[in-house]
Amino acid sequence: MTLLDVRDLSVRAGERRLVDGLTFRLDEGERLGIIGESGSGKSLTATALIGLLPAQLRATGSVRLDGSEVIGASERSLVDLRGRVAATVFQDPLTALDPLMPLGRQIGEVVARAERRAGRPAGTGDVRAAVLRLMEQVRLPDPERIVRAYPHEISGGQRQRVAIAMALACRPKLLIADEPTTALDVTTQKEILALLAELVAGHRMTLLFISHDLPVVAGIVDRVLVMKSGAVVEAGPVARVFSAPEHDYTRDLLAAAARFDRALEGA
Amino acid sequence: MTVVLSTAPERAVSWTFRIGLALVALHVGVGLLTLVWTPYDPTAMTGGRLSPPSLAHWAGTDRLGRDVFTQVMIGSRIALQVGIGAVAIGAAIGVTIGLLAAFATRWADDALAATLDILIAFPTLLIAMLVVAATEQASLGTAILALGIALSAILARLTRILAKRVILMDYIVAARVSGSSWPSIVVVHILPNIWPTLSVGFALQFGLAVIAEASLSYLGLGAPPPNASWGRILQEAQGTVYTAPFGAIAPGLALVSLSIGVNLLADGLRDLADPLRRGRR
Repeated sequence: MTLLDVRDLSVRAGERRLVDGLTFRLDEGERLGIIGESGSGKSLTATALIGLLPAQLRATGSVRLDGSEVIGASERSLVDLRGRVAATVFQDPLTALDPLMPLGRQIGEVVARAERRAGRPAGTGDVRAAVLRLMEQVRLPDPERIVRAYPHEISGGQRQRVAIAMALACRPKLLIADEPTTALDVTTQKEILALLAELVAGHRMTLLFISHDLPVVAGIVDRVLVMKSGAVVEAGPVARVFSAPEHDYTRDLLAAAARFDRALEGA
Repeated sequence: MTVVLSTAPERAVSWTFRIGLALVALHVGVGLLTLVWTPYDPTAMTGGRLSPPSLAHWAGTDRLGRDVFTQVMIGSRIALQVGIGAVAIGAAIGVTIGLLAAFATRWADDALAATLDILIAFPTLLIAMLVVAATEQASLGTAILALGIALSAILARLTRILAKRVILMDYIVAARVSGSSWPSIVVVHILPNIWPTLSVGFALQFGLAVIAEASLSYLGLGAPPPNASWGRILQEAQGTVYTAPFGAIAPGLALVSLSIGVNLLADGLRDLADPLRRGRR
């Protein structure tokens, strides 16, 4: 079943086209990667998919998310759609968490809202139990302490785990991961990727993974879109795109990644 | 992995905060005390006219032989009433307008911001005087309302700027993605995050309101007699300031101490409310 159907999506700032005529489909349970350099329009696309573009930008075309049209929809219907259908994990987990709210409460807010939506308002005890369960799912150590801690009191990797827990709390069908590992160091990156892959499989979520980092994407998705200057230059299964790239830009990206790897090994 | 940067639960409370707290507590205590007890009946002639400070009359007596210390004590209560009332009214109007402006379309926001700037260009006291003049009769309530309205423009601008900065943060976007509506985001994320700065703004405006009320009363536009506002005591003592200086010094000291106290308290409160600043002193 199609969860996300994007047709001819364009995002414009005044006369400039930032995303140009994007078309793709995402079936339930599929894992799609969008790759490209910064400024290629990949994050903007993710923002447009859930109707969160800033007011200065205009989106045209059609985005059907779980059967509902997003482009041109009212804020009220979007509020209902977001969270129920899609959740996002952001690049920088420090700014993605409220600096003045204990982490347990931040996760709890999302849990309580999701339960209210589902028509079964949860008591404080239930919310607390659900928060601890979520923290266990994302392998946060010492949950009793982290529940009371503020974002600046835990490490970057732990923060991203909290952000993932908040996304999971929505029980979304579609998980959008917007460069979720870019702000993390390499070992933490691996742990977070493994966690994401495991959670996506375990909860049968659909994944939209956005990154500029090819090896990171390769390990976690089935299919990729390569974007350049707001347009898709190549699309296909991961193995095919990486082994036999058709477009020069994809070849450049792969070559750059390979050079980078060689440089790391040589060092 | 489990690095804890600052869990020191006991943080040093700054000395400015302690002084501020002590000064404000003193005025609150005195103000509450006047509800049940004052040294003398504030309107009764209790001694000679313009007598100097003595054990019986700590701040002397005024032209009519009333005890100045009693009046200054009652002045504390009135000043606190004015400060709390004016900031409450100013916050209700100002924070609402500020939040609306922060969420408004660009055109509406620009219009609101320009209007606020023009309002702020007028001295607070002048706006308050206009509001008082527009009412039938001067009373404590009118003065509070007038000052509240006069303060609201400044608080609206402060709220607007603070809210606009917070709205851009990723955690607001994250909350929206997870399906929070704007009203709940305002209550859960925006207000708590602008509160540390906003509360300092409230306290500063509280101090301003107290001084502005004294000015209004001094001009005869504040609470009418027999309300013992510090401004009115000062005004009545003006003619005799050379012969009986303490009639003016006592309310003046009271006014300054409350104003400074509130400001110091505000500074300290901000540090306590902000976990990022904790433990840095």
